Amino acid sequence: MPRKVNVLNHELVPKHVLLSREEAKKILRRLGLRKSELPWIYSTDPVARALGAKPGDVIMVIRKSPTAGEAVAFRVVVKG
Amino acid sequence: MAQYKVISGIKFGILSPDTIRKLAVMRIETSELYDEQGFPVPGGLMDRRLGSIEPGAVCQTCGNRAATCPGHFGYIDLARPVIHPEFAPYIANLLKATCRNCGRVKLPPDKLEQVSRRMERLAKRWPALKRKLVQAVIREAAKQTVCPHCKTPQYKIRLEKPYTFYEQREVGVVKLTPLEIRERLERIPDSDLLVLGLDPKESRPEWMVLTVLPVVPPAVRPSITLESGERSEDDLTHKLVDILRANQRLKENIEAGSPSLVIEDLWNLLQYHVATYFDNELPGIAAARHRSGRPLRTLAQRLKGKEGRFRGSLAGKRVDFSARTVISPDPNLSVNEVGVPVEIAKVLTVPEKVTPWNIEKLKQLVSNGPDKWPGANYIIKPDGARVDLRYVKHLDEVAETLRPGYIVERHLMDGDIVLFNRQPSLHRMSIMAHIVRVLPYKTFRLNLLVTIPYNADFDGDEMNLHAPQSEEAQAEARTLMLVQEHIMTPRYGAPIIGGLHDYITGAYLLTRKDAIFDKSSAAQLLYAASYSGPLPEPAILKPGPYWTGKQLVSVFLPNDMDFVGKAAVAPAGGKCDEEYCENDGYILVKKGRLLLGVLDKNAVGAEKHGTLLHELVVVYGVEKGREIMDTLFKLFLMYLDMHGFTMGVDSVQVPEEARREIREIIEEAKRKVEELIASYARGELVPMPGKTRRETLEDLIMSVLADARTRAGEVAGRYLGMFNHAVIMARTGARGSMLNLTQMASLVGQQSVRGKRIERGYTGRPLPHFKPSDLSPEARGFVASSFSTGLAPTEFFFHAVSGREGLVDTAVRTAQSGYMYRRLQNALQDFYVAYDGTVRNSEGMVIQFRYGEDGVDPSRSDHGKPVNVEKLVKRIVALRGVG
Repeated sequence: MPRKVNVLNHELVPKHVLLSREEAKKILRRLGLRKSELPWIYSTDPVARALGAKPGDVIMVIRKSPTAGEAVAFRVVVKG
Repeated sequence: MAQYKVISGIKFGILSPDTIRKLAVMRIETSELYDEQGFPVPGGLMDRRLGSIEPGAVCQTCGNRAATCPGHFGYIDLARPVIHPEFAPYIANLLKATCRNCGRVKLPPDKLEQVSRRMERLAKRWPALKRKLVQAVIREAAKQTVCPHCKTPQYKIRLEKPYTFYEQREVGVVKLTPLEIRERLERIPDSDLLVLGLDPKESRPEWMVLTVLPVVPPAVRPSITLESGERSEDDLTHKLVDILRANQRLKENIEAGSPSLVIEDLWNLLQYHVATYFDNELPGIAAARHRSGRPLRTLAQRLKGKEGRFRGSLAGKRVDFSARTVISPDPNLSVNEVGVPVEIAKVLTVPEKVTPWNIEKLKQLVSNGPDKWPGANYIIKPDGARVDLRYVKHLDEVAETLRPGYIVERHLMDGDIVLFNRQPSLHRMSIMAHIVRVLPYKTFRLNLLVTIPYNADFDGDEMNLHAPQSEEAQAEARTLMLVQEHIMTPRYGAPIIGGLHDYITGAYLLTRKDAIFDKSSAAQLLYAASYSGPLPEPAILKPGPYWTGKQLVSVFLPNDMDFVGKAAVAPAGGKCDEEYCENDGYILVKKGRLLLGVLDKNAVGAEKHGTLLHELVVVYGVEKGREIMDTLFKLFLMYLDMHGFTMGVDSVQVPEEARREIREIIEEAKRKVEELIASYARGELVPMPGKTRRETLEDLIMSVLADARTRAGEVAGRYLGMFNHAVIMARTGARGSMLNLTQMASLVGQQSVRGKRIERGYTGRPLPHFKPSDLSPEARGFVASSFSTGLAPTEFFFHAVSGREGLVDTAVRTAQSGYMYRRLQNALQDFYVAYDGTVRNSEGMVIQFRYGEDGVDPSRSDHGKPVNVEKLVKRIVALRGVG
């Protein structure tokens, strides 16, 4: 039997946060972006699954960056 | 509004005989081209119905004239079918995979069913995998010796390239005729074609065997009329004539009931002509040749290769208003200028609109005409009419007709803006805008300082020049592309344009303490740098007014400039690497005056951070940077001319006592190595962690010998001294290194292959001059001679081995990195930094939420970091310390 693993806990997976509808709206307004301009993440992506994200949701990714220290990115969940 | 449609896919199929006939407007009946009067023969290859190509003639099919008639296809009915050579491998697969009797794929019905279901699934999700499955099906089906459907025994089929098929029957090897092949292919049912990867609607396999041949319109095979009035036909026309003749003979012989051997020969000939019509470079058959012996250029040759339709015509980017010639240096030009030969300036033009303010100037240019520079080549009237000044008799009269609103295409003139480029364009600095200076002779001239960004030298390099035409393009070039806008490299933020070679030597000699000038030399130097202000207060008053080199340099520095930095020429001993260095090892500029330190590579050099030049460009702007390079840098060259500077064999000769010292160092090193080898032989050598004893020995020997070379180099450096020109160049960073000098003056040192001492060659020894497994330095590539004394034959060989490795390495490296760079460029080419700081692709999708995640422009950074705090602090402390 394969052991159940939570990918979010893996050290190579950056921090992912599922945003609520309101949060997503607020952040997109701040960035002046439409959802359609965001990079995608498939709803079948292991991370999206672990977060329980549905198509249309926005996920915030906080990565370590060699230039900026910490870099925040956003992805829109698409059907996949 | 234009309608956008999205292409969801492209499907290729095979032309069926019916389609070929429908596409065509006529059947070609005869191989005759023209009759006695020189008119095209109806039913021939030049029939008027195939489209008009002579100007004025009306096309008999579409009614258009030459310029608008697209040309129309014809067709040839072949007397016997022939194999299309491009399809031969596919035909071979199909014949092997299907039954020779019933035409079914030779798989059991249940297996067939299973495969076709899998094929459908793959078609939906992984169309690319279909090909793999097809390959598997063919491999499986070809193995069967009996048809699973009709139980007919099967034979092995062999394709002899390029288009002959044989079947291995019990009676022996039998040749299959295209006719038989076509019949077999016809028998394959549509349902079975799907598992063979063919769509029966678009490509029935029997269409791979031609019964009808499409004939391309004369528009793609135009005939040329020579000066003698003689007609010369295109290669394709020649080939089509051959096909028609062979076809005609074959038909006649069949009708006359000739013996089958004759018919087979003629059939083969037809096959050959058709095959070479498609591709005249098929392996295994002789290329069809012209009477002169030149191979014909048929359809495949037109498309293939670098000069072919795709790479040469469609993907080839060609432009007007451009020029190319050899480059040569001109230190008297500004860095942002380019010298353009008069002959080129008379061909390249810039359109200039006539206004009340420039009408007199333009009238003068027009009356000069196209042959006299500066002149003009064309006038464009407001109604769009073009006047070609080459054919105007009375230029003065035409010049008087100029009115505001006319456009004059005038010659390229001094002060025009042009783009200058050297391939490979790996950089944005590979294409920069320059200001034109029209000069005599036939080469483009450029300032030496811009050779760095272009990576140019003058051993025959050629460069391209483009003249932007519209005002917008010119303005854009002036504000964004001018050379000074590219002084700072976008790679890491240091000036990429800066002093090199003689400039650095000159700067060093000029700012050295021994450089003092009387009034006339000081004035002459400043004049060379086009300075026209007053002389500064002389630093020395007795025995007369004298100026120091540092003073002359200070003339060009901004009055409020403060700077500290270390010189590349750190004085020996190392005690002077802090501020207030009496030996000029530390540069100090206060209030625009160079007080201490010599200028060398670390002050005026290119591609270096924290130099005086860098500071100037960052604080006072790129225009100031350009100005310094056009003034101060010329002063450096002028002083070098005054001072005189050479290097020769004498520069690397050391006195006998130095040579003795060097010999002693070498002897000592050899003794040490001997000891090491002896202790290794006795088994006393203690291996280093992770290494074998042998590896440890090698490491130790290498380090002993490397140490010997360093010490011998130091000896040479000491005896050559800081007044030796070769040493000056090496130490200031102008050219060459101390290692180069060591190799010339004292010893060349250990030669290596892949970082190891040389050991390949004969068994146990690199050369037969040595005993097997001799580990001594001289037997493993240690060169104890110097270049100036000359190498022993064995040493010379070792040096050549090592040198060859270096050459091979660079050749391989450039090819690899070039390809890597190309792939990167293709992937990233249309990303851009949007005004909101995000990185977007051509569809406006976000790639990065902030450029580089920190939003830093590398050309304004310190190696990618926005600020280097440590450097800043050091500088402030140093400057405050002064006062």
